Amino acid sequence: MTETQALRDPIPLLEVDDLVVDYASKRWNRAPFRALRGISLTIGRGETLGLVGESGSGKSTLGRAVLGLAPVTAGDIRFNGQTISHLKARHRRALSQDMQVVFQDPYTSLNPAMTVNDILTEPLVVAGDTRRDAESRVKELLDFVHLPANSGQRLPREFSGGQRQRVAIARALCRSPKLVVCDEPVSALDLSTQARVLDLFIEIQERTGVSYLFVTHDLAVVRHIGHRVAVMRAGEILETGDAEKVTSSPEHPYTQQLLLAAPVPDPKRQALRRIQRQKISSAPATV
Amino acid sequence: MLLFILRRLFAGAVLLFVIGSVTFFLLNLSGQDPVRQILGQAASATVAEGKRHELGLDQPVLARYGEWISEVVTGNLGTSWFNNQPVTSLLAQTIPVTMSLVLGAILITSFLGAALGVLAAVRGGVVDRVLQILSTLFYAIPSFLVSLVLVLVLAVQLGVLPATGFVPFGNSPGGWLTSITLPVVSLALGATSSVALQVRGSMIDVLEQDYVRTLRARGLSTRSILYRHALRNASPPAVTTLSLIFIVLISGAVIVEKVFNIPGIGTQANLAAAQGDLPVVLGVVLVTVTMVVLVNLLLDLVQGWLNPKVRVA
Amino acid sequence: MSENTSSGAAAPLLADEANVARYGLFHRLLRDPVAVISAVILAIVVLAAVFAPLLTNQDPVQNKLADSLAPPFTAAHPLGADSVGRDVLAQLLYGARTSLIGAVIVVVVCMGLGVPAGILAGYFRGWIDSTGSWISNALMSLPAIVVLLVVLARVGRSTPLALAVFGILIAPAAFQLIRGSVRAVREELYIDAARVSGLSNARIMGRHVLPVVIAPSIIQGSQFAAAGIGIEAGIAFLGLGTSDHASWGLMLNDASQNIFVAPSLIVWPTIAIVTTIMVFTLLGNSVRDALTGTTTNKKRRSMGARVLTGGSSTSAASREVAQQASPLGPTSRTTDALLVVEGLKITYAAQDRADKTVVHDVSLSLRKGEILGLVGESGSGKSQTAFAVLGLLPGAARMNATSLIFNGQELPKLSSEQWNNLRGRQIGYIPQEPMSNLDPSYRIGFQLTEPMRHHLQLSKTAARQEALRLLARVGISDPQRVFDSYPHEISGGMAQRVLIAGAVSCNPELLIADEPTTALDVTVQAEVLDLIRDLQSERHMAVLLVTHNFGVVADLCDQVAVMQAGRIVEAASALELFANPRHEYTRMLLDSTMENAPSRRQMALSQWQGSDTQTMNQDAIS
Repeated sequence: MTETQALRDPIPLLEVDDLVVDYASKRWNRAPFRALRGISLTIGRGETLGLVGESGSGKSTLGRAVLGLAPVTAGDIRFNGQTISHLKARHRRALSQDMQVVFQDPYTSLNPAMTVNDILTEPLVVAGDTRRDAESRVKELLDFVHLPANSGQRLPREFSGGQRQRVAIARALCRSPKLVVCDEPVSALDLSTQARVLDLFIEIQERTGVSYLFVTHDLAVVRHIGHRVAVMRAGEILETGDAEKVTSSPEHPYTQQLLLAAPVPDPKRQALRRIQRQKISSAPATV
Repeated sequence: MLLFILRRLFAGAVLLFVIGSVTFFLLNLSGQDPVRQILGQAASATVAEGKRHELGLDQPVLARYGEWISEVVTGNLGTSWFNNQPVTSLLAQTIPVTMSLVLGAILITSFLGAALGVLAAVRGGVVDRVLQILSTLFYAIPSFLVSLVLVLVLAVQLGVLPATGFVPFGNSPGGWLTSITLPVVSLALGATSSVALQVRGSMIDVLEQDYVRTLRARGLSTRSILYRHALRNASPPAVTTLSLIFIVLISGAVIVEKVFNIPGIGTQANLAAAQGDLPVVLGVVLVTVTMVVLVNLLLDLVQGWLNPKVRVA
Repeated sequence: MSENTSSGAAAPLLADEANVARYGLFHRLLRDPVAVISAVILAIVVLAAVFAPLLTNQDPVQNKLADSLAPPFTAAHPLGADSVGRDVLAQLLYGARTSLIGAVIVVVVCMGLGVPAGILAGYFRGWIDSTGSWISNALMSLPAIVVLLVVLARVGRSTPLALAVFGILIAPAAFQLIRGSVRAVREELYIDAARVSGLSNARIMGRHVLPVVIAPSIIQGSQFAAAGIGIEAGIAFLGLGTSDHASWGLMLNDASQNIFVAPSLIVWPTIAIVTTIMVFTLLGNSVRDALTGTTTNKKRRSMGARVLTGGSSTSAASREVAQQASPLGPTSRTTDALLVVEGLKITYAAQDRADKTVVHDVSLSLRKGEILGLVGESGSGKSQTAFAVLGLLPGAARMNATSLIFNGQELPKLSSEQWNNLRGRQIGYIPQEPMSNLDPSYRIGFQLTEPMRHHLQLSKTAARQEALRLLARVGISDPQRVFDSYPHEISGGMAQRVLIAGAVSCNPELLIADEPTTALDVTVQAEVLDLIRDLQSERHMAVLLVTHNFGVVADLCDQVAVMQAGRIVEAASALELFANPRHEYTRMLLDSTMENAPSRRQMALSQWQGSDTQTMNQDAIS
């Protein structure tokens, strides 16, 4: 459904063109750190692009740059055809209607001193909704993410990690965005919770047609939720393609390494995988 | 390392320059007429003019500033307007006295405060609670009040220690010791409480760290974990506190000198301020800030030795 | 339930405390006796100051030499008079005004400057921060008295001015505290989320940053008030302030000059000053306690004694139980078992609620050279079980076990010294988070050699050589460089290898690994697992591996025990468990792994084909 849609759609929802992001070094005489070295990708409507990499690959930086939370040194980011790489603050705020975020840590992405109601109505009220409209929308949202209706009066610390993530998802959805940047949203959750929350993401996408830029380190997760996937290392994209293909028979040796390194929950298969992996890599560790 | 010291010294020099200059202008631009302060209101205009010329006060401010800077850089802090002695020699008499109070207090504070803090953190229970209460009490009470009470109890009622007066070390070491005991103790009480509370808090934090548990898992003795590892890691915040305490102690020393009638820098500055003897006041400011900068440098070096992450800066 | 935390010590308590008082600050203060008493005393002082003219008809500043040193308990001078005939009571009452006004001046100036500057510096950072910090440091290097003397020299005596200047001098303290709080909040993800939600900077500061600042401001405010009282008294005592107002400091001045003649004059002003200062300080402390949660303080209070001995010494009662249950060696289950755990129970006492049991009746056994995986989600008690075997449970934990036997020794009966001989020597430990488990103040080399010298009595040179050999063995390509490095100079993967080297350095028979690869990248994880496997087979160690990852279990373990909510729900060989999971919890967990989850294409296909294989979930318990 989404791939045919993407083919039909002349302008992709999000386009990143040769993006470069540098972080200034703290020492005055050191060169800046180049986090992204010329990234290009696109995301279509209703599509999930998985961004996979290990730590230091730049995957989170890419997400943050799209959101306007990281400085753009060179290159272009276009949303719906409009360049957003160097937006003024006022225009960036207007973009919040269409672009939202769900972060990794459910414990620090919600203000612990605000009730769920306050957290969810805040973006709506800022956008100009009346209090009453905002609150009825909150009820809708809580239902959408399968949280009990009385969650509104409670504080974040009264919820489990998975439930807090649902609140974060609800917050991201409150103004019906077109794109949600998901920065490792299930990495901090328990195994059983992970599966449920991932399915919630999928359900939401089916119902609303929202697109995801889904950042994760887990190939298995991206296989389940992604339509396409891009594999990153050290600020560069090494391989892009259909999620199922890249996560089962990747072409780039690094992706192959990633795939073989993740242990599978089956002793016999895992033993085979281990032998495969050890055959490929033989140098002693420098990490 | 050398670069580190040089950088710190440079920063200190800049600080000294800024503070000195600001003080100079504050003193010379505002407030009462210094000549009137010295001569009194009754003196005639001609005498006042004469005095003004003698002190160089009829020259424009910036010219005087330039002159002052060139003098200071060569180590000349000017001459007292009251007794015509060089400021440097006046201060040289009083600084050692005050320093013996302050350094004595710092020594006691460092060792006793650290020991009490560790004790409270490790023992817990009643010992900890008592220490916390006492520390809160002494930390908040101004040191001059403590000294008054101590004088009342130990000097007046019990007659154990002298109430006032200072005996130079050269005259009699024993006398010197007894004459500074009460002042040092009153200064140290508040400072020790502060350090004890700080060390207690740091130790508790450190003992809850993951690596302490891992060290225990390696089977190291409790003693070795406490004194080699925990204390070492708990020290940096305490060292920072010490640098703040040093500054507070200088203030405290000034007041305590009045109580015990000790001829230190505080008494001198107080007198100079009351008399309007600006060169001396300015000299006191420069000297105290210099001492602060040097002590801070020393403590920064200690900090670097304790905490490897800081050394790069 | 909280997710995987590395410092398992705190986890069980914190999750529970989530539902502690949602009462407002005010209510909590009302329940604190110290706060209430302090507030009452403060109210008395304020009222005494306000109603001074009604309480005495004496003039506090007028010299009346005729009344010099008048004794107390007379109608005219209930508390006596000082050396120039001023009534003591009147001075106390009017002096209260001066002191309180003094405190107000100090607090207003100090916080009025420090708080806004701190907020701006902390939030906007950049040049605002650098400038503010430099000014703050410069002000802090000035001894207050020296500055006050400078003021005196130029402007003459003026108490309000002196206090205002003092306020400026201590504003840096407020600045640094507020700046620190704001900087910490600034790093929080919910600030980023607010920006993405479209909030302007002003709104973010007002809604998210300001509330965080209020609490520390109140606490510091009361400390500054206390300081202000002290300083006003000091200024008056020194004679730097105006003498046309009554002041407790002036009373002390007079008292000190007459200390031999009329020593009792010191008493009243001292009491007044001390009381008022204490009241402000205690109120500030009470507010701080009420805000940071009483549990932290209570935990801090009781932790002391048991911090370093906790967990290894169990209560007398449980020791008895242990003795009764197993008079001689291991139980009958397996005779060659290296480790036998039976009926393990771990409980934490909670202050206001019922005790919380995190491990109920866990039993397992481990043979020499066997690898047992203890798998479960967070809160399952798996890490707690591992720590119990190591004797490293936090001091607040209470442990009971029918038997807990390692290598024939009954662990609950061991003395502290025997435990230290066991740990590191016969039982090795690999922690979860590499960076936070190395002492940041010592070089890697020292941290490796110290335990070896302690346990194996090696000389410094021999230990060093062994450490270098170990570093090479665990796959570090430049052992000398790492040996000489500090922990912050090496990467996470290297740090974990160092910790593994440390764990096996004294040739233990049992290795306890607590989620050793969770914090690592997947490629590094694979290498570390290889390393553990190689070391295990080389040295024939038994391994108790705690993990939440079934892939790791499949890779490494011979035996598996699945834990849920403090109990073992299923235990079997690895092959058996994966082929034939029996307990429904195990099955649910295995189903949750993404390995067999359908890809989007498969889901789309199955939708087209009409069969419903989607895993939409209507329940939202988690």
